[in-house]
Amino acid sequence: MNRAKALAGAAFAAPAFALMLALLIGPLLVLLALSVTDYRLGAMAVKLVGLGHYAALFQDEVFQRALRNTFLYVALVLPGAVFGGLGIALLVHARVRTRSFYEVIYFLPVTSTLVAMATVWQFMLHPSLGPVSAVFAALGMAGVDLLNDPSLALGTLAMIGLWQQVGFNMVLFLAGLSAIPRDLYEAAALDGAGGGIDRFLRVTWPLLGPTTMFVTITSTIAAFKVFDTVAVLTKGGPLGSTETLLYVLYLEGFQYFRTGYAAAMTIVLLAFLIILSLLQARVIDRRVHYA
Amino acid sequence: MRRRGLLGALLSHAVLLAGAVLMAAPFLWMLLTSIRPPEEVFGTVFNLIPTRFAGYENYRVALVESNLPRALLNGAIVCLGILAVQLLFAIPSAYALAKLKFRGREWLFGLVLFGLCVPIQVPALPLYLGLAQAGLLDSFFALMAPFFLTVFGMFLFRQFFRSYPDEVLDAARLDGMGEFEIVWRLAAPAALPAIAAFSIFSIVAHWNDLYWPLIVVTSAERSVPSLAILAFRDSETGGNYGALMAAAAITTAPLIIGFFAARRAFLRGITMTGPR
Repeated sequence: MNRAKALAGAAFAAPAFALMLALLIGPLLVLLALSVTDYRLGAMAVKLVGLGHYAALFQDEVFQRALRNTFLYVALVLPGAVFGGLGIALLVHARVRTRSFYEVIYFLPVTSTLVAMATVWQFMLHPSLGPVSAVFAALGMAGVDLLNDPSLALGTLAMIGLWQQVGFNMVLFLAGLSAIPRDLYEAAALDGAGGGIDRFLRVTWPLLGPTTMFVTITSTIAAFKVFDTVAVLTKGGPLGSTETLLYVLYLEGFQYFRTGYAAAMTIVLLAFLIILSLLQARVIDRRVHYA
Repeated sequence: MRRRGLLGALLSHAVLLAGAVLMAAPFLWMLLTSIRPPEEVFGTVFNLIPTRFAGYENYRVALVESNLPRALLNGAIVCLGILAVQLLFAIPSAYALAKLKFRGREWLFGLVLFGLCVPIQVPALPLYLGLAQAGLLDSFFALMAPFFLTVFGMFLFRQFFRSYPDEVLDAARLDGMGEFEIVWRLAAPAALPAIAAFSIFSIVAHWNDLYWPLIVVTSAERSVPSLAILAFRDSETGGNYGALMAAAAITTAPLIIGFFAARRAFLRGITMTGPR
């Protein structure tokens, strides 16, 4: 019986393992190999360049700027995504009859097609036809072009990213809030924790700790991978002010076809993602101990 | 005390409503513009509610003078094709990871965990080269193949199968059921809630995907919703904002209708990556 089970297990796992070789492990090995060559799509001769591409990345103005822009984007989105999500969740959680109404509205951007909604944003931000510019003009700031001003474009994309992400975090926080036992609040009240702020600091915040960590890391990863709004709205411009990591990677790999160089860039990207994921795994482990 | 509660409720409604208006504004603007006649879109006089209903002509332009119908159909084919293959591969392998001892099981699970942190952008370059070599670019296969493997699905289903009682499995074996039958006739039906949540997650992710289609699709025949809306915007009719907003509404409608129809399942499916 055990042999039959082992045989069945191997038979069930084999197709998935084959897919893994073809779609994950194989490509990764090819990527590593490509990253030390000067291969360009369609090139006849290929030369080894060792770690040259990696060294070049640290000299590359465009890559450095993309790295800075990406981190700045994450820094702009993160506080709003985490604390905004928490704040909305706290308010929504306290509502009874209107709870699902708010849940639906705040979650709507998460379910919708970002490319389609980005074209809507573009129209809303249109300098002469859009309602946002009308509001700006009414506030005495006529002529502000949020997507074409190099000092404002990245911030504008971050606001759109926040708009898209915050409802997702709200749902995660709502799940965390419903997991807090009611009697803890009663116990805190007996201990003299009277006001709402007191209750929040003594019960809600500490118990939400793991959720908050988790939301922070998933939001960081999501913001780190910003691509759609850049590709749809600014194409990295104006003056490279919205060039982000994935967008530059896309250009190098699939527009300029500097394959070897793009491969090295991908490895660097993967390194960042692995670090973030390891942090995430540690948070999930900690949560198990608390529970 | 009572009055403070009332005041607090009012205040919280005020904050939530203000936020809700900001969240919903693009959707309202999209829908209002999609029924607005051109003279009002470009006119100097602004009415929030259009004075003349131009929804019919805007939606007609969006559907007839664009590649949208084709792209929507392609999007449905791609999403369902990906999902079918994902389930076909992920369910038995997840069952094996959860319930059967075989050589290399820990290795395979380790690879699944590693795969969880690798997005499509990482293997994209070699996959593109491989597809180009095989002459398969700009095909349904190219659009779907990279996503046939779902380590996330494998991970999720494994967790689900682990809590399935071993006694039931042993009883089924004593009744003469083979492992193949057990997977598809016992374990998979029991995992239906997880399968439903995963299906929503997968369909939403691939309906909305831009990165991979942008790389492999070159012809209008293989266009998908996200590409079609970009193509429509950049075409000559793209300046017709009423029609463009109608196209955006059509593209995002299937998911939003699905969300309203199965709200709980959507919330679970999309946020399934959460800590719980």
